[in-house]
Amino acid sequence: MVNISKGRLRVKDVRHEADTFRMRAIVGFLVILVALSALITRFAFLQVTHHEEFTAKSEANRISTRGIAPSRGLIYDRNGILLAENTAAFRLEVVPEGVKHMDAMLAELDGVVAVGEDDIARFNVARRNKKPFESVPLRLKLSEDEIARFSINRWRFPAVDIVPYLTRTYPYGETFAHVLGYVGRIDLSEAQRIDASLYTGTTHIGKNGIERYYEDELHGTPGYEKVEINADRRQIGTPLERVAPTPGKNLYLTIDARLQRAAETAFNGRAGAAVALDPRNGEVLALISIPTFDANLFVNGIGQIDYSRLLNDPLKPLLNRAIAGGFLPGSTMKPYVALAGLELGLRKPSDTVVSTGEFHIPGQARGYRDDFPAGVVNMRTAITESVNTYFYTLAYEMGIERFSEGLGRFGFGVKTGVDMVGESAGVLPSREWKRGHSKEPWYPGETVVAGIGQGYWVVTPIQLATAAASIAAKGELRTPRLLRAEQNELNAAPQPVPPALLRGTTITRPANWRAVADGMIGAVNEAGGTALGLGKDFPYVIAGKTGTAERFSRTDETWTSIATSSAERHQVLFECFTPAEDARIAVVVALEAGHSGASDAAPIARKILDAWLAFDDDARRVAGSAGAP
Amino acid sequence: MIEILFAQLRAFLVRMRRQPALDWPLALALLLLAAIGLTTLYSASDLDVRTVVNQGARFVLGFALMLMLARVPPQTLRNWTPWLYAGSLVLLVLVAIHGSGRGANRWLDLKVLRFQPSELVKLTLPMMAAWVLNQRELPPKFFSLAIVGVLIALPAALIAKQPDLGTALLVVASGMFVIFLAGMAWWRIALIVGSVAAAAPVAWHFMHEYQRDRLRTLLDPESDPLGKGYHIIQSKIAVGSGGLFGKGWHHGTQSKLEFLPEHTTDFIFAVFSEEWGLIGVCALIALYIFIVGRGLMIAANARDTYSRLLAGAISMSFFVYVMVNGGMIAGMLPVVGVPLPLVSYGGTSVVALLAGFGVLMSIHQHRRLHAR
Repeated sequence: MVNISKGRLRVKDVRHEADTFRMRAIVGFLVILVALSALITRFAFLQVTHHEEFTAKSEANRISTRGIAPSRGLIYDRNGILLAENTAAFRLEVVPEGVKHMDAMLAELDGVVAVGEDDIARFNVARRNKKPFESVPLRLKLSEDEIARFSINRWRFPAVDIVPYLTRTYPYGETFAHVLGYVGRIDLSEAQRIDASLYTGTTHIGKNGIERYYEDELHGTPGYEKVEINADRRQIGTPLERVAPTPGKNLYLTIDARLQRAAETAFNGRAGAAVALDPRNGEVLALISIPTFDANLFVNGIGQIDYSRLLNDPLKPLLNRAIAGGFLPGSTMKPYVALAGLELGLRKPSDTVVSTGEFHIPGQARGYRDDFPAGVVNMRTAITESVNTYFYTLAYEMGIERFSEGLGRFGFGVKTGVDMVGESAGVLPSREWKRGHSKEPWYPGETVVAGIGQGYWVVTPIQLATAAASIAAKGELRTPRLLRAEQNELNAAPQPVPPALLRGTTITRPANWRAVADGMIGAVNEAGGTALGLGKDFPYVIAGKTGTAERFSRTDETWTSIATSSAERHQVLFECFTPAEDARIAVVVALEAGHSGASDAAPIARKILDAWLAFDDDARRVAGSAGAP
Repeated sequence: MIEILFAQLRAFLVRMRRQPALDWPLALALLLLAAIGLTTLYSASDLDVRTVVNQGARFVLGFALMLMLARVPPQTLRNWTPWLYAGSLVLLVLVAIHGSGRGANRWLDLKVLRFQPSELVKLTLPMMAAWVLNQRELPPKFFSLAIVGVLIALPAALIAKQPDLGTALLVVASGMFVIFLAGMAWWRIALIVGSVAAAAPVAWHFMHEYQRDRLRTLLDPESDPLGKGYHIIQSKIAVGSGGLFGKGWHHGTQSKLEFLPEHTTDFIFAVFSEEWGLIGVCALIALYIFIVGRGLMIAANARDTYSRLLAGAISMSFFVYVMVNGGMIAGMLPVVGVPLPLVSYGGTSVVALLAGFGVLMSIHQHRRLHAR
């Protein structure tokens, strides 16, 4: 029964089944065609409509642009003596991928080449931004000894290699540390400040001094190369395209290296600063701050021991006293007070004052001391012999408003604008200044002591030198500057930078200049002059003024404890220029501790002048040839 | 002795010439596809001769198997069907017990050769379904469908447990094609499609996390560009950057520089698209359409229901592989480990596919013997 019905059904169904199948196959094939058309449409969407977009992505995948760091510009002195150069050095680099146990390897390596904790810390920071197969610097600037030792043991460290690189070197590391500053590895805050595209591949940046102020000029423009990379970012083959970097500009400074060196020697290690300017153009011929430090220490990462030694030194070798050291000007302020009196019309050069050895504000009991009763003195004698009473009287008559206005014209209380980083403004005594620093009102007695450069006064050596140079230049106040010329390529002609700005005029009438200049000439050359004898055997007439400021208040306990050694009691200064009638150099020397300006500061200034004299021929020749070194 | 061997060989060759067991259009299309596959593989493997020789050897094995199967009458095949099906189920169970493979147990290591029994099932399941339906009243009624449903569910469940949901779905599809071609009522088809759609949220609940991730990254690959979305993003870049004409053979940077993962296996279509462009893609898909269409023609001309259903299911399954792989590399479908038929590197797939075409050839060869 089943078999029969089954057989019947099969016979009946064969054709029907074949028809059904054919129908279904056609439907199926149509569905397939529709589906594959949809697939092709999708491909067309990706390959035609969005082709550009995916091509860009594909290129971005495979092409990597790598920056090539430019070589940093060199720095020369005015005569072409190299002060900052790039020298070949060797460093240890590690490919982290090839090291199984990093700590163990570093410990083992330390037995061959000293690897400090600082090095390891920096190494670990640098590693974070790199792929495991990229080489990371570990120890910079290997000594020859270290290179030799590592070479013998190289087989033990397959992932470590010695790699050459260019490092900044300062041939006169100590002499120019405060002028040039130094470069160091880019730190976190600098990394946020700089334009990252300009610093691809660059590890160092100017931290201080010229290196920092002229960072943009010195740095240059990086080049790049386009390389094909694979998914692991490994480079495949040779670069596809290469644009060479533009090296940084070479800089020629106004500094004369020989003068700088002589000035440094003249200090003989005493804490202080000196600035030598050319009054005619504001060029800084020498800029000294003692004690100093070796700038080379900072370039490849200063060690913790060296750094804390510098940081904890009571004499603060890292402080640039020439631009940031605050000094009490003392009597060096007197020529400016005198000029202010003349310019304000309060005094004529011939006006006299009687010095009894003590000055009293009318109606007040307190006396203001003079070194000795000088009797009747005019302005010229008052400067030559540094008679306090003359200036007490003058300042008192001026009053504080006119005093600060008149002295402000010389640039006190504001930064000079020298092309360096970290300059201090100092303090020009004024009502405004006191209001910002004290609840007390301004007392007339404060005006009186300000008249002899005591009290609230704070000046930096560069401020004082700028002011002295303005007298030397018969009233032209200029912004001091350190950059003389820029050079785009090694063999190109250096391009002189535009002359320094004229900031103002401090002397309006030649008679005024004459009176003050005569006073300063007298101080060095006449009987009774505070620095008499300083100009002995010097071919030009020197005009100068000493300053001996009290470091400690007499009511202060430290004063009494230190009073026995008078050599430590004062801040001593000396300002001068020469030749007096047509000055080519103005020098300020400031010592943090000394007996008197005449005995301590003036001799150093003389040594600087002597050195300048030896090079004066050069100085004149260079000046004559329109600034090209 | 030797003369006898020669005589036998000569007789065989004569028989081959007189009764060619091959459907030449199909055979030539497959050879062309194999040539395209090897050429693409040579480029994708970055000119690695060993890879190409390996794959070539598999093609030789596959074509030999195809020729052999082409000489086996469908009748014989039909008689063996239950045993083959049972055998492949046993292998699946063996894989479930001790198999090898990355993250999933898909491979069976027989020392001399490693292979994926799931590839075998892609052939034996439609055979079994056709075997069952061949004996029953068509269009299939509920009871027939239930039997076939169980036959499909058994291997599908075993494969899904490996876990390899992609292959399991393909296996299910190969069985469903048999039912579809057997003439299952349209309303039943609508019912199944409807219930699958309704069950999707439930399925989501039972999915492995990696399977869900694949679906998620398909919808938004940019959400995880270096992680789960990486495959899709890089594949789309390869395809899109190929443009209309392609970058040229062995100039595809996406694969050469290894941005494209799995570029010799599952993602080889992306390499092809990058190097040959839309023109190449259209040509390749046209070739696939030709093969599927030819297969369906052979099926339509087959002499009995068993042969028809089997040939039809094999052809339509072949399309599904192309569709799923192409959809994946173009970012239309989720990433599932489905190779591009006869192009992707991998032995089991090549041999299994060519064996399937051997069956098709046999059906073609024997179409008239009992036709009337």
